[in-house]
Amino acid sequence: MTAPLAEFRLAQPGTVKEAIAACLKHPGSRFVAGGTDLLVNMRRGISSPDLLVDLSGIDELTEIKSDGRGVTIGAGVTIATLAHNTAIASQYRALTQAAAAIAGPGHRVMATVGGNLCLDTRCIYYNQSEWWRSANAYCLKNRGDVCHVAPQGQRCHAAFSGDLAPALLVLGAEIDIAGAQGERRIPLSELYVEDGKAHLTLAAGELIAAVHLPAAPHASAYEKVRVRGAIDFPLAGVAVALAASGTTIGSLRIALTGTNSRPFLLAGTEAFAGRPVDEKLQQEIDRLVQKQVQPMRTTIASANYRRVAAAALARRLTARLFAERTA
Amino acid sequence: MHAPGRPPKKRLLRLKLNGRWREDAVSERELLVDYLRDVAHLTGVKTGCDGGECGACTVLVDGEAVPSCITLAVRCEGCDVETIEGLATQGRLNRLQRAFHEKLGTQCGFCTPGMIMAAEALLRRNPTPSDGEIRAALSGNLCRCTGYVKIIESVKAAAEATS
Repeated sequence: MTAPLAEFRLAQPGTVKEAIAACLKHPGSRFVAGGTDLLVNMRRGISSPDLLVDLSGIDELTEIKSDGRGVTIGAGVTIATLAHNTAIASQYRALTQAAAAIAGPGHRVMATVGGNLCLDTRCIYYNQSEWWRSANAYCLKNRGDVCHVAPQGQRCHAAFSGDLAPALLVLGAEIDIAGAQGERRIPLSELYVEDGKAHLTLAAGELIAAVHLPAAPHASAYEKVRVRGAIDFPLAGVAVALAASGTTIGSLRIALTGTNSRPFLLAGTEAFAGRPVDEKLQQEIDRLVQKQVQPMRTTIASANYRRVAAAALARRLTARLFAERTA
Repeated sequence: MHAPGRPPKKRLLRLKLNGRWREDAVSERELLVDYLRDVAHLTGVKTGCDGGECGACTVLVDGEAVPSCITLAVRCEGCDVETIEGLATQGRLNRLQRAFHEKLGTQCGFCTPGMIMAAEALLRRNPTPSDGEIRAALSGNLCRCTGYVKIIESVKAAAEATS
């Protein structure tokens, strides 16, 4: 028998309201949906909540609804369901590609949209067994005092590695956050801050209820580089959304994951409107990406490789989408 | 809803395992792989990486291939769970087991139950998969012996045997 998980209780509420109440009543609790990341971390002793509030039985979180203005995706929709939804694939290709690139088929059956957006940040000094971490005096993110990636620094540099977030960012997503006071809607970008130890702005007892996407006039795509072709987090992941205006760019948005402690929209791409995608523009995209990403030594691949790979993905996807749109 | 508070430390789990309903008292923290191996004594389910990365522990839950080492047993309440032990009927190997045997899709055998269960889920929903579809369906399963060629050939042979 494998080492058992630390003792915990499992609450299985039937509504969002009950889930939030259960979480708030119990300060040491965590929400769990698919559990494909959380249970691994619990097995490694990284996280040891004494109550898990299971969101998988809440039907109101599992709907995909569309109308003329866009689509609403429940946070409990599984990654497999999202990846196989043909209506989403036809309008929001980056999202479908990102969903299909998450982990392996078995994980996608269980993992959810909300879980991927709230994925814990990752680092080679953090995602290790208890004995490994204890032998290294732990780290700033968990039980330790020093970030081994940047020992002189004051913050944790663990990288956000969710694949859906960059796709949703370039598609202009907003999210509904449910809490004890009701629901609030924010742009997805406001869910994240650049801190590997506390990268989510959710308050205690808050959860993501749904994601809203506006109708998409953009062509979009997502790609990631990873060590292993299946079941692997991105060393760098890039989403691009592009609208063409004649033979030039109408608008261009680029978002990245895997390189920083949060997924983020690349700043400065609005200046590319009205220009063709030529070598000069590609070099400018390359420079923007390399300047704004902050990969650290949090993966087995070097930080510089991830910086260059992120820029290459951004160039490649932009050129491909532009060629498609102007063909 | 099952409210937090003082134990019961165990709860009754009712599920259909390889075609038969059964009930067991299990801890809420018990993983499906441990329940299957230690309670139901179905040791065809293997613990490999122990972290959801290798697919050796793959079983079917309501027809979907999932890694049982990152699945809580109590979340399978009312589900139809199938392991490698449930595939053979009346001592006859099923199409995939026979194909893995005949096409040498097995070497050390440790990954084989997970490979076959992932392939079984594929063939049930897609009886005539392409090579690419087989590779995609098995992408969550690691083999450290065969290099995968014989495994892919085995799944193709099983599909051809029944199509």
